[in-house]
Amino acid sequence: MVCKRIIPCLDIRGGRVVKGVRFQEIRDAGDPVEAAARYDKAGADELVLLDIDASYEGRLAMLDVVERVASQVFIPFTVGGGITQVEQIREILLRGADKVSLNSSAVANPALVAEAAGRFGSQCIVAAIDVKRVGDHWEVFVKGGKQPTGLEAIAWAHKVVELGCGEILLTSMDTDGVQQGFDLPILKAIATSVPVPVIASGGAGTLRHFADALTEGEADAALAASLFHFGQLTIGEVKDYLAAQGIPVRRLPEADGVRQL
Amino acid sequence: MIAITDYGMGNLGSVKKALDYLGAPCQITKDPQLIRQASHVILPGVGAFADAMDELERRGLVGPLEEAANQGKPLLGICLGMQMLFEGSDEGEPRRGLALLPGRLEALTPRQGVKVPHMGWNRLTFPRPHPLFEGLPAEPEVYFVHTYAFMDTQAPFAAALSDHGAPFVAAVARGNLMATQFHPEKSGAVGLKILANFAAMGKKEGVYGL
Repeated sequence: MVCKRIIPCLDIRGGRVVKGVRFQEIRDAGDPVEAAARYDKAGADELVLLDIDASYEGRLAMLDVVERVASQVFIPFTVGGGITQVEQIREILLRGADKVSLNSSAVANPALVAEAAGRFGSQCIVAAIDVKRVGDHWEVFVKGGKQPTGLEAIAWAHKVVELGCGEILLTSMDTDGVQQGFDLPILKAIATSVPVPVIASGGAGTLRHFADALTEGEADAALAASLFHFGQLTIGEVKDYLAAQGIPVRRLPEADGVRQL
Repeated sequence: MIAITDYGMGNLGSVKKALDYLGAPCQITKDPQLIRQASHVILPGVGAFADAMDELERRGLVGPLEEAANQGKPLLGICLGMQMLFEGSDEGEPRRGLALLPGRLEALTPRQGVKVPHMGWNRLTFPRPHPLFEGLPAEPEVYFVHTYAFMDTQAPFAAALSDHGAPFVAAVARGNLMATQFHPEKSGAVGLKILANFAAMGKKEGVYGL
């Protein structure tokens, strides 16, 4: 049985990890490679590196980060943020990323998803979808959640799968940053109606929240950022808890000898 | 020197980066001569079965790979590189594989709770000990990304098994010929240990089939 995954997300700006609380008080939090290696050692199943710097210099710095992470950390990782062209995707994959995530650009240019999936394979194209409840449904937002699109979330999820994405990273803006739990209704609605894995994002605050997302919400993976960055919970604690609930997770190789090669 | 066979498909960088990290001398190459001279050969792979076989053939790499197998050189297939060792696959148009192992690949079947492609970490069991898996935890998890699999878990060369809706063969080993359906280069410490075990292997006496 395939394991449920726990995925920390690193926000990167100018080649450095930055930490903030709800986009406030953003401060430097060190070298991405060190952070990635730390999470790998702590039992992260994958990593997401999110470029929150839209500048040209920021992009170049990000490519360097990708290359350095790929040389030191040997678990899968996804790179997202500001990707608009197939050529950019190629660059990122060539530097050693396993997947790229497309968000605003997928909405602006759905053909990009299809072209990228056709060229590099569905397994390396993740559709990142930010949603917010509006009346009786959920709407897709882009540009870091600032811009409504008029797209209904479930229909858009089906559309990106049809276009060829191999995974969906679903962030609920209503629950993000509040640490009151993942948005289970929309998570379940999407996870049970698409054939690709769904990563739950936004709202993790307690151990129970992770279990809920992976059982009731039927997500295949759960992502968190600040919770792990600020050491509120460790990945090991989350996994121990999930394992105790009978949820299949990857265990850390106990033998330290395996790590010290 | 470990030759990482380059046949123009997919990113081979991750395998090289992992071997570099381990300090194992290696080179990504499409030169049949270098593959002949290498002490070890890796056949990685991402993409479709028929396309990959066509590329191997077009680049004159089938001969050197067969020689490596027959000369007792440690040879490691990874993912599609494992699949190509078989006679064929149900993927796409009928196309003969390298046929160094008997049998063919079948598609994994999606159903409730079983998504295909099989992507993520899954547990291995070992029907028998093998030097490739020495020093690992008893049932380690490793990282998979695939849609087709070799399903005959009773095959004498099955070296590791896993389960995704149904049991399948996660690794094969016959003499010097070894292959993993999963990606050791993306399987964390466990995967690095497997690659280190491979790099440390010497030439086998006799050919892979005996």
